[in-house]
Amino acid sequence: MKEKIYKGIFAVLAFASLAFLMGIVIVLFKEALPIFQKVKIGEFIFGRYWYPTYSPAEFGILPLIMASVWVTFGAVLVCVPLGVGSALYLHELAGDKQRAIIKPLIEILASIPSVVYGFFGMVILTPFLQDLFHLPTGLCALNASLVLGLMAVPTVCSLADDALNYVPKSFREASFAVGANRWQTLTQVIIPAAGSGISTAIILGMSRAIGETMTVLMVSGGAAVIPHTFLEPVRPMTAAIAAEMGEAPMGGLHYHALFAIALILFLITFVFNIVAEMISRRFRIKLGLSG
Amino acid sequence: MDSKVKIKAEGVNFFYARSQALKDINLDIYENQVTAIIGPSGCGKSTFIRLLNRMNELLPHTNITGRISLDGRDIFEDSVDAVQIRKRVGMVFQKPNPFPKSIFENISYGIKVNGIKDKTFIEEKVEASLKKAALWQEVRDRLSDSALKLSGGQQQRLCIARCLAVESEVILFDEPCASLDPISTAKIEELITELKKDYTIVIVTHNMQQAARVSDYTAFFLMGELIEFGRTQDIFTAPKDKRTEDYITGRFG
Repeated sequence: MKEKIYKGIFAVLAFASLAFLMGIVIVLFKEALPIFQKVKIGEFIFGRYWYPTYSPAEFGILPLIMASVWVTFGAVLVCVPLGVGSALYLHELAGDKQRAIIKPLIEILASIPSVVYGFFGMVILTPFLQDLFHLPTGLCALNASLVLGLMAVPTVCSLADDALNYVPKSFREASFAVGANRWQTLTQVIIPAAGSGISTAIILGMSRAIGETMTVLMVSGGAAVIPHTFLEPVRPMTAAIAAEMGEAPMGGLHYHALFAIALILFLITFVFNIVAEMISRRFRIKLGLSG
Repeated sequence: MDSKVKIKAEGVNFFYARSQALKDINLDIYENQVTAIIGPSGCGKSTFIRLLNRMNELLPHTNITGRISLDGRDIFEDSVDAVQIRKRVGMVFQKPNPFPKSIFENISYGIKVNGIKDKTFIEEKVEASLKKAALWQEVRDRLSDSALKLSGGQQQRLCIARCLAVESEVILFDEPCASLDPISTAKIEELITELKKDYTIVIVTHNMQQAARVSDYTAFFLMGELIEFGRTQDIFTAPKDKRTEDYITGRFG
């Protein structure tokens, strides 16, 4: 009897998160769908003009999507070399002592609140970029990319390091046993074996970057215009929601449009995570680990 | 009467951190003979053969004293490259460890890392190695399949083929049949007997029947010491040391 009660309690706790997830999805859909009665989905997604408070208002989120794409792409260019590179260093070259110091330090990067990163971007990077490229404002896509990239480093590094650690020692030994050197072993055995695990790390890093809000709100510049270079101010999807939600009258079209952006963002990160999960499952099977 | 000494260990001591795993080992390994190393778990037999291709160097906090020579040259000399030693002294591990690559690539890998690029040469070499390892008939039609699809016994023969492709002179077998069924074991043993024509073979085994079946010489290790070494026949029929006799007759271990 007692056992049944415990079992029940834990089952409720376990299913609670599932219930929350369902709840969030339902609310997202419910609040997002009304916009599509006024604006066609195609026009919403591919519309080039985002003027939600004009009359007549225009609800084209392509500038916001493109802003997210540019910023995320830039962040990947920053976090992949840094994250994967440091994982490779930690795994291959750092001794136990170095590893014991560096790994926690990289993980601390993850524990810094995003508003602090935003602050760093505003105060340090903004004037720097402004001077470097002679810009009217240093708040731009590049700034957001740099800061987001830095923020995603711990995610990428930590997951890539895990992927490398999953590669059985026996592969390394086998490679050394046929007379391969360290570099050959790393590039031809370890990295290919960990490859899909590393891709998972990169995708989850991207997912982290695309969903980040506070930082991009602070450093991306906020212009809802389709960007053509990294040096223009942009307004990624998350920043638009955060900045505008406070002003959008509840139940109005603008309000529903912001929910629709949130829904699309949710679907994007959802797909990223599913893809990452699928790749990582294949990876484990490939290495002969349990699925 | 004996053939030439291929590997000579003189006064070898080996330490993991502070604990001593091998004590003053002196052992000759003869060319084109099979030398079996037997002893209970933890006696240092695996540790010993992993010194012969400098594999233990991959572990941190280890230390070795004494001398091991291959064809008369100390393998631990500063001027000797561990990578070169491992090309000459191949190894087959306890658990089959093919790479997660195709059957073909598993064999060609060792050839390629040694700087050979000629495609026809590699193809011929892969075929010859698989034939020598008695695996060719079973895999000739599916060389591009993943090696992980093979059975355990086939994987182990693949690992042997991988070794043969590098043209090593010595092959170390570290309990190669520990995870195999009796039929696969028999095939590997047959192969070992076949291979000694061209290679010097050292095999670590738990299984005394196996040592008796495949080896010409046997070394008995106990708690990091070499207790007795001699012709397999002599060790199994007339051991000189009481401890060897006890082990062989199954009184412990």
